[in-house]
Amino acid sequence: MTDHLLTIVTFLPAVGVAILSTWRTLSDDGARVVALVTTVATFVASLAVLGRFDAQVPGFQMVEQATWVKDLGLQYLVGIDGVSLWMVLLTTFLMPISVLVSWSIDRNVRRYFLSMLILEIAVVGSFVALDLLLFFVFFEAILVPMYFLIGGWGGERRVYAAVKFFLYTMAGSAFLLVGTLFLYSRAASLGAGTFDLRELTGVAGTLAPATARWLFLAFFVAFAVKVPVFPLHTWLPDAHTEAPTAGSVLLAGVLLKVGAYGLIRFNLALFPEASRYFATFVAILAVIGIIYGAVVALIQTDIKRLVAYSSVSHLGFVVLGIFAFTDQAATGAVLQMVNHGLSTGALFLLVGMVYERTHTRDLGRMGGLAAIMPWLTGAFLFAVLASVGLPGLNNFVGEFLVIAGSFLVSPWFGSLAAVAVVLAAIYLLWSYQRMAYGPVRDEDHRHLPDVSLREAVVLAPVLALLLVFGVYPKILTDRIDPTTAAVVQHVAPADRETDLGQAAIALPVQPGDEEGST
Amino acid sequence: MVGELSPIAEPTSAMKLIWLVPLLPLTGAALNLFVGKRLGRSAGVIASVLVAASFVLAAMIATSLVQAPGDERLYIRHLFEWIHVGSFSVGVDLRVDALSMVMVLVVTGIGALIHVYSVGYMAGDPRYGRFFAYLNLFVFFMLTLVLAQNYLLLYLGWEGVGLCSFLLIGFWFEETENANAAKKAFITTRIGDTFMLVGLALLAVKFGTLDFTAIFGSAGSTITKGTATAIALLLFAGAIGKSAQVPLHVWLPDAMAGPSPVSALIHAATMVTAGVYLVVRSHVLFELSGTALTVVLFVGLFTALFAATCAIGQDDIKRVLAYSTISQLGYMFMAAGMRAYSLAMFMLVAHAFYKALMFLGAGSVMHGMHGETDMQRMGGLIRRMPITGITFTIGALALAGLPPLSGFFAKDLILEVANAQGRVWVYVLGAVGALLSAFYIGRLLFLTFFGHPRSEEAEHAHESPPVMWIPLVLLGIGTVFAGYLSTSTEGRLEQLLEPVHGVVPEGATGLTKPALFVIALVISLTGLAVAWLLYGSGRVDWLALRERLGSIPRLFANGWYVDRAYDTVVIQPGKAVAAFSARAVDERVIDGAVNGVGGSVRGLAGVGRRIQTGFVRTYALFLFAGAVGVLVYLGFRI
Repeated sequence: MTDHLLTIVTFLPAVGVAILSTWRTLSDDGARVVALVTTVATFVASLAVLGRFDAQVPGFQMVEQATWVKDLGLQYLVGIDGVSLWMVLLTTFLMPISVLVSWSIDRNVRRYFLSMLILEIAVVGSFVALDLLLFFVFFEAILVPMYFLIGGWGGERRVYAAVKFFLYTMAGSAFLLVGTLFLYSRAASLGAGTFDLRELTGVAGTLAPATARWLFLAFFVAFAVKVPVFPLHTWLPDAHTEAPTAGSVLLAGVLLKVGAYGLIRFNLALFPEASRYFATFVAILAVIGIIYGAVVALIQTDIKRLVAYSSVSHLGFVVLGIFAFTDQAATGAVLQMVNHGLSTGALFLLVGMVYERTHTRDLGRMGGLAAIMPWLTGAFLFAVLASVGLPGLNNFVGEFLVIAGSFLVSPWFGSLAAVAVVLAAIYLLWSYQRMAYGPVRDEDHRHLPDVSLREAVVLAPVLALLLVFGVYPKILTDRIDPTTAAVVQHVAPADRETDLGQAAIALPVQPGDEEGST
Repeated sequence: MVGELSPIAEPTSAMKLIWLVPLLPLTGAALNLFVGKRLGRSAGVIASVLVAASFVLAAMIATSLVQAPGDERLYIRHLFEWIHVGSFSVGVDLRVDALSMVMVLVVTGIGALIHVYSVGYMAGDPRYGRFFAYLNLFVFFMLTLVLAQNYLLLYLGWEGVGLCSFLLIGFWFEETENANAAKKAFITTRIGDTFMLVGLALLAVKFGTLDFTAIFGSAGSTITKGTATAIALLLFAGAIGKSAQVPLHVWLPDAMAGPSPVSALIHAATMVTAGVYLVVRSHVLFELSGTALTVVLFVGLFTALFAATCAIGQDDIKRVLAYSTISQLGYMFMAAGMRAYSLAMFMLVAHAFYKALMFLGAGSVMHGMHGETDMQRMGGLIRRMPITGITFTIGALALAGLPPLSGFFAKDLILEVANAQGRVWVYVLGAVGALLSAFYIGRLLFLTFFGHPRSEEAEHAHESPPVMWIPLVLLGIGTVFAGYLSTSTEGRLEQLLEPVHGVVPEGATGLTKPALFVIALVISLTGLAVAWLLYGSGRVDWLALRERLGSIPRLFANGWYVDRAYDTVVIQPGKAVAAFSARAVDERVIDGAVNGVGGSVRGLAGVGRRIQTGFVRTYALFLFAGAVGVLVYLGFRI
């Protein structure tokens, strides 16, 4: 059993899928319970993965391999490392929370939860797949349930948003498929065709630099759409805004991370030379995204859209960290992936709760809610503070590591990225103020209830992690760092220092000048 | 310059408990936040007792610290590792030395008194428990700030106090004005903080660590002068924001929207002095640069004068005190900029006493006059509320610089150093600032407490309860005697702090000390006398005089229109850029291009409607068919 742990975690939701798709007379509450039990069981199983994970090993662990069509090199291959470990856990953690927050969904309940469970299989599958074709199948499979979630249970402009989301990502995927097949044929021409990432790393090394650069771009476009990297981001505000609460939580919390994960897993691993070649270009796009997303967020009056644009800004930090090629920046990027998932997930949960009460997302029509719902607005403020990077809460460490880590490459990227720290405080605190402070704007709001028990159960674990990962991020970084250090070693230029501490030690220090000692 | 001390050989058992000092108020914060409602009135008592306990423990630690030899007065307590990535590591390490303990004693000592006062001042407030939760949380973060042994932990405290400042300025958030002031404070200080964060990144890159011992021990041989200047100025930008120096001072006058105890604790005695602490703590880096010290000196000098003129123009009692605080902080930076760090620290301590006293006194006046803050409606209050009046007078005379009150020594010694170092203009302008200070505080004192009552409320004002006036009396005593900490540049405080950052560098030029004393005394008395003539004697119709002078008082009253300038130059253009980015760039250019690919917006929606039902299923089928096709093709090829 334990030899197939990753497969179990990936496909455990299939049990729920089977029940929901065959038991057509199941009551709505029954469907909710099936979804909850399935996702909780999957989360528990993923904790076993965490338990068995060996932090000291930088490569892939718990690898499972099964040949399908030997002659074609088709196979089932999954495994996990310090980056994908946390992506899987983030997904399995946010899933039961998304199910719980969807309790009030009352249209086509069975199909709704069916979509969510399929989504979970696809996302977890994307994070554990080590075979490019398998990855592609999972990666594409994410689109379908997400499309239904937005288009079926979303807001007023849901169809526009869903189609836009679909077309955008599908366009990116086309490049991914072409790139994948090109690598396959290259492997075939060298001996045996394969989609095995570990073997393709070697195969890609035999490509001419120009070819590798084109392939880099093909993969990059596919993942950049998902992240999203400026200027490929305009699907995101619409999709996030129109999606139902759980859809927004999963979009921001998990789906965007598939893009960033793809950049680390495939772009850096397969095309190190091309990654170096495009590093400055990508870093510039990342910094533009960081500032641009924040600037546009400044004038949003739709609270959900505002949080969506903040994601564009925050994900820019992730991309900057990935392409700085230093140990600290890369680890900071992965940390930021996890933390953004939690803090933005929390914000979307809270926005959903406010919306369920006030039936508006327009900040201009809210006001004074802090006096009516002190706990709900208090939780909102907590998530806002995490999101603006208050030290002691989760986002700060990742942001600082990215800024400091990218300083080794150039002080400009980190310095410009820091501008977003001010802008984030402006747009998030301003929106919080308009929502919670001032006089009560709408007399109907006076009798709104504060946090319910179900909502408290939804929020408590997420908010607790915002604090835990802010005070003791080593839980995450101890397992991330060996992997990211290896990735950075693989991709960084040979003549450049990749570690903050080492870089400073390399500077000359005259022993006679020290007046004290520790 | 002093690099770094050696750690103490045998730390006492009290020292080892240093972690309890910040933990006690943190416990209070958690308690009051979650069960504050149920605690009722005792919420405030618990909060006060915990801060007082911190003070007692800190006093024991400080006592055992000074028993050690001068160069061994350092104890570092490692609690746990916060960040560890590659070879970069940041610990949660607390630092006990003379400098940090002076700050800890101010924060917990004056903090405890302000907590006690708040028990009376906030009585009956519907969010009483929450107020003490925030106040305790503030003390926790402030203690973290001053006890941190590395820059990142200091930054944690730094941002944390900013958060508490935000929460407490906006404590009565039902008023939009208060909420706006809270937001303005947080954002304005965060501008400085962001520069500081970049400075920390630069430190991390250059030193590979953010630990004080490692940085101060090796700074001289590790970084160039240019780098030191960059780092020091970035750190100083943080100090400018937090300590409300020009050009980031605009948040502090508005911050008076918070309850008066908050103004006393956060916006006078402790948080706003964090910038001074940062410069003194980082003096090694500032001295390596030289340029940075000059910048500190001139920003401080300019702010001291500028804010003093603004203070003259205010009619709101708390806004006078706010501008006064900005001005006084300017003097502290002047001292630091002249490498007279212990004088900066002495002024910090003295100012903490008399300014906290005056803010609490102003709160007592508001308490007795149903929240009135307009001095035009006060007058003669010393007869109605004698304890408040007398203690406030002591604070005001200290600020005006009358010997032997603490404020005299603080300002006089700073000017003495300017004179001795041959900085004639610094001395002259500093003396002008002292004259203005004596004048504006005299104006405040006479308009509020002397003369005839000018309103119904003033006529029927009442003294505050003992829980409020006892802290006033204790702070008054502190204001009188704090001066004895430091009656010269080789005073007690100077000797205590000397191992941390060396002696006050003095030259031997300029005027003699007796001459300086006489000049200082004349300046204080002149300022007070002119204020009395205009506002206390009853012989001058000051409102009519102000009408006649017209634009100059208006300039002062509006703080030289800096807010308006920021609105025109920064805020409105910023909004325009944001609107342009969102409406034009995002919706037209980028989205337009995307939608152009897939048809017009309406067309796309139409497509959506048409294919809504079968679209994705069809796609899934095509994808599957395509994948099979590709595989078949590849299969044939092999």
